[in-house]
Amino acid sequence: MKDERGYFGDYGGQFVPETLMPVLDELSQAYRKAKDDKDFWRQFETLSRDYSGRPTPLYLAKGLTQHCGGARIFLKREDLAHTGAHKINNALGQGLLAKKMGKRRIIAETGAGQHGVAAAAVCAMLGLDCIVYMGEEDVQRQSLNVFRMRLMGAEVRTVSSGSRTLKDAINEAIRDWVTNPDTYYLLGSVVGPAPYPAMVRDFQAVIGKETKEQILAQTKRLPNYIVACVGGGSNAIGIFYPFLDDKDVRLIGVEAAGRGIESGQHAAPLMAGTVGVLHGTKSYVLQDEGGQIRETHSVSAGLDYPGVGPEHSYLKDSRRAEYVAVTDQEALEGFQLLGKTEGIVPALEPAHAIYHAAQMAKSLDKEQIIVVNLSGRGDKDMDIVAKELGVEL
Amino acid sequence: MSRIASVFSRRDRKALIPYVTVGYPTIEATLKVVPLLAQNGADIVELGIPFSDPLADGVTIQRSSFHALQKGVTPQICLDVAKKLRAKVDIPLVFMTYYNPVFHYGLEEFCSACVGAGIDGLIIPDLPPQEGADLEAITKKQDLDLIYLLAPTSPEERIKLVGQRSRGFIYLVSVTGVTGARDKLPADLEVFVTRVRELVAQPLCVGFGISTPSQAKRVARLADGVIVGSRIIQLMESGDMPQVGEFVKGLRNALG
Repeated sequence: MKDERGYFGDYGGQFVPETLMPVLDELSQAYRKAKDDKDFWRQFETLSRDYSGRPTPLYLAKGLTQHCGGARIFLKREDLAHTGAHKINNALGQGLLAKKMGKRRIIAETGAGQHGVAAAAVCAMLGLDCIVYMGEEDVQRQSLNVFRMRLMGAEVRTVSSGSRTLKDAINEAIRDWVTNPDTYYLLGSVVGPAPYPAMVRDFQAVIGKETKEQILAQTKRLPNYIVACVGGGSNAIGIFYPFLDDKDVRLIGVEAAGRGIESGQHAAPLMAGTVGVLHGTKSYVLQDEGGQIRETHSVSAGLDYPGVGPEHSYLKDSRRAEYVAVTDQEALEGFQLLGKTEGIVPALEPAHAIYHAAQMAKSLDKEQIIVVNLSGRGDKDMDIVAKELGVEL
Repeated sequence: MSRIASVFSRRDRKALIPYVTVGYPTIEATLKVVPLLAQNGADIVELGIPFSDPLADGVTIQRSSFHALQKGVTPQICLDVAKKLRAKVDIPLVFMTYYNPVFHYGLEEFCSACVGAGIDGLIIPDLPPQEGADLEAITKKQDLDLIYLLAPTSPEERIKLVGQRSRGFIYLVSVTGVTGARDKLPADLEVFVTRVRELVAQPLCVGFGISTPSQAKRVARLADGVIVGSRIIQLMESGDMPQVGEFVKGLRNALG
């Protein structure tokens, strides 16, 4: 499925400036070596347990299940991981790799700020310098996370070019990397040139591995459905990957439909995009007739991205996974629903998955099981949600 | 001999290759400036097709690209502009753009349209040889030169790879970094050019960061051509065409 050059079927590759090609070769080699290194994984597992708080629980959401009146809904509680989201898994893995490679200066990009916070935390813990690029619009709407990153010693650089969101933060991080090829680029999702999509997936696959053990222990069977939100797609790949060969488990990715797919103001490349090349990888992207990358919209900064990981494009075409989209309004409904039925405030990103899972559960019988990847907690989104609901804080 | 190859067949002359973003600040400006560049001693002109996410470019070309896109410039418009320019100048015209606009247009269709517009070659900074096989096959068939790049970070095996695959010339990126005028060129530029020269047969043109006649002169001592972009875009910002002409003439004189 994945060939030497980092392809998943027709998707993936290394579409980067020549300056970075030797750097990517070095990274690929270092990762290949680490992958077979038992000590490396032991270190990853120890810190995942003692620093990140893994394993995260798999929780039967009785209140939500009862409310929907159908399938049983389980939540994979990535919101309980250190720094409040699944992003810590990848930041920890790559942080350890960077350290192993002898890198001192780490750069990262962030949309919602969750990856930036995770990168800042890991760099502080490992004693590495950390610079985080963040779009101006995201700096404003996720100011709490900006403050958190700075508290952990990271330098946050505001990006004012283009759409001033995640896409432009990645452009700027890549420009920094081209200028400083000795730097380690700690990319936060399963996007970008090879080896990132496979490497980030491998670090996030811990989510799916745990889920599988936990659901078997709790119910003696595999789930019927796994539902996860998809921006770049790292939490979704992380929970899907260990289930790819379990053909009876249906995998459902939920993209951001923003103000509605038909409005054009969304962030759903798998639902409404075409194949293109963005940020070094070939995948579905949102683009106009001239091949220019389109501006996106989502109430959730973490999903507000015109591209998607190449492995998702492959899973879509091969039909191993299905993809749907949920609007801003529906996500806000899911957000509130989980708070009221479970006393859990999710991030706006997985609120998309919660909404979709709740809709599905209603029409499924009680024997069915849905697992939702609750990829992050919602503290960072209080300002946005209050504003959307017309509440003054 | 391709039009680009014939530029480098003149041993007594170093190639001067200015870059302009198509449609910056206006389409009319592009139509006017390219003949002016040719009159003042340009040997090849790079026409930039603006892209929304120019990750190899510094602030100057980011801005010119953004501006051109705001004004509605598309790859199709760039092809139309090239066709009009081809009627005005004889020097080779090369498109510089990113892979996505080309891929989206359709590789075959784009190359045919380039030939129809009188374009001689393509420079695509985010398309390394490993990913370029499809476009390479089509450009060869259509007699377009697909020009690959090398950077100071390129090890011997990558220099050899590009040496086997690049057509027309090889674009040497002078610095590890993005495009943009710089006060100083890297101290080890000569080492880099010499290292490449020993391993490849193609003409070598150096770009990124070259903005003054004295820098151009230094580069031309070892390279076969000099590429100047951001400084020209900065001059075009003011819309002062005669100044652009003077600047290029100054570069020409420095190159000899």
